[in-house]
Amino acid sequence: MNVKKTALYELHKKHNAKFVEFAGYSMPIQYSEGIVKEHNTTRNKSGIFDVSHMGQLFIKYSDEITDKLQEILPTDLKNLKINQSKYSFLMKENGGIYDDLIITRMKDQYMIILNAACKQNDLQIIKNKLNDQSLDMKNDLSLIAIQGPESKTILENVVLNVSKLKFMNGGNFSFKNNEIFITRSGYTGEDGFEISLSDKVAISFVEELILKGSTLIGLGARDTLRLEAGLCLYGHDINENTSPVEANLKWAISKNRINDNFTGSQKIKKQIEEGVSKLRVGIKPETRVIARESTKIFDEKDNEIGKVTSGTFGPSVNASIAMGYISNSHSKTDTKVFLEVRGKKVPANVCDLPFYKKSYVKGEANV
Amino acid sequence: MSDTKFSKEHEWITLDGEVGTIGITKHATEMLGDIVFAELPEKGSNVEKDGTAGVVESTKAASDVYTPVSGEVLEINQSIVDDPSKINADPEGGAWFFKLKLKDKSELDTLMNKEEYDKFAKETSA
Repeated sequence: MNVKKTALYELHKKHNAKFVEFAGYSMPIQYSEGIVKEHNTTRNKSGIFDVSHMGQLFIKYSDEITDKLQEILPTDLKNLKINQSKYSFLMKENGGIYDDLIITRMKDQYMIILNAACKQNDLQIIKNKLNDQSLDMKNDLSLIAIQGPESKTILENVVLNVSKLKFMNGGNFSFKNNEIFITRSGYTGEDGFEISLSDKVAISFVEELILKGSTLIGLGARDTLRLEAGLCLYGHDINENTSPVEANLKWAISKNRINDNFTGSQKIKKQIEEGVSKLRVGIKPETRVIARESTKIFDEKDNEIGKVTSGTFGPSVNASIAMGYISNSHSKTDTKVFLEVRGKKVPANVCDLPFYKKSYVKGEANV
Repeated sequence: MSDTKFSKEHEWITLDGEVGTIGITKHATEMLGDIVFAELPEKGSNVEKDGTAGVVESTKAASDVYTPVSGEVLEINQSIVDDPSKINADPEGGAWFFKLKLKDKSELDTLMNKEEYDKFAKETSA
C-alpha cells in the first residue's frame, strides 16, 4: 500500500522533519529541535500540528439525521447549538469504543473529526445508519491545530476575530478568499484552535503562522502533551475492549441521554449503575523510570491488578507519567502500586488526571 | 580523543592506565532523541564484554547500554541519572556513564577507532 502524504508534506521536509508512518500516512514525528523542546515550545509559546491525516466527515443537517445520529452517539445533539462541538464516541453494543471523535453542529451540516486509523470503519458504521447521499468524507481538506498560550494572538494576526471564539465552539472565517472553519479546541491541554481549510492554501496558511511566531511541532511532542493532559490516545488508552465508563470518560455521555437507546446504551447504563471492574487512572512512578504501554501493574501483595496503556516522560511535570487500567478496588488516588519494568518492581502511585493543569480559555464572546 | 575506541553498539571508551571511561556516542544520542532516563550498573559490580550495563530511555523508546569491555565498575556518573538531558548535551565528554577496572586490555583490540566508527555509523544509519 502506498504511504499517503498530507498537503503539508513538502513544508515538513523543508523544516527538517523526521518522518514516521502513522495510520498509513507519512507524518512528522519531530523536527530538528527534538521532542522535549517542541513540547516546551507548545506549553510556553505556540505550536502548529498537522493533523490532516484525521478524517473530516460532513453530514447534511436535518432533524431526521440528528435522530439517526443519536442512535449511534451518546451525545445530546438536539441541544447542540450552531457552532458548538462535543467529544463523543462510536461504540459497539457491548460498550467497546470503535473510535472517539469531535462532532460540531455547523449551520447546515455536522462536521465529525475522526481518528486516521479508524476513519474508514467509522464511515461504514455511519453509512449503515444514514443514507449515503448525505455523507461526505473530504479528501481535499487539511486540518491544522495551533496550540499554546500565544496561539490566540498569533492566529488573530492571520484570521481576524478568531480570538472571540469560546472553548469547544467554532465559526466560519476566511483566509485569502477561502472559507475556512475554525474551532477553539485541541488535544494538548493548552488553549488552541483547529483549522479546517482547503489543501490548496494549507502551506501558505501555516507559513503565515510561522511568520507570526508559531513553530511546527511533531507527533512525538503531541503524544507527551496529550498524556500530560490526561487525554486518551485511541488504540492504546481506549479501544474496542474498553467502554467510556471504564475509560473514566462518562462525562462525555450526555446526562439526559443515559436512559435513551443508542448503540452500547444498555451496557453503559448497567456500568454506571453497578460500577465497573477496571478503571482508567493516572499512574506516577516514584522514580524517573518510564513504564511503557503493556507494563504490568501489581498490588502490594504482588497480585497483578492491571496494565499500563500509555507511558512516557512528561517534560512539563519533569517526571515519568503513565495511564492504565487498574482493578476498581485499587483505583483510588494515592493507592500504592508496583510497575514491572525490566524485571524490577518500581513503586508508583495512582494519581488524579491530568498530570498537567489545563489552561483552556473561555474567550470573550461567541461569534 | 584520538585514542578513543568505539563499539558497534555505539559506546565509546578511553583508557587511563587500567581504568576505562565509557559512554555512548554522539551518533547514538542523535538516533535516540531526547534522553529522559538513565540507569547505570552498580558500583563494585562486574560486567562482561558486550553484556548490558545500563539503560537509556528517550521520549520514544528504551535502549540497553552495553559495555564494550569486561571489568569491575569503579565509579558511576550520578549526574546523568539526576539530569539525563546532559547525555544529549555532552555525550562524548562530561556525560560519561561509568568507569571500569579493565579485566583484559586485549579486548580493546576488537573495537573500532574513530575513523572506522564514523564510517560504520554512516553506513548503518543510511
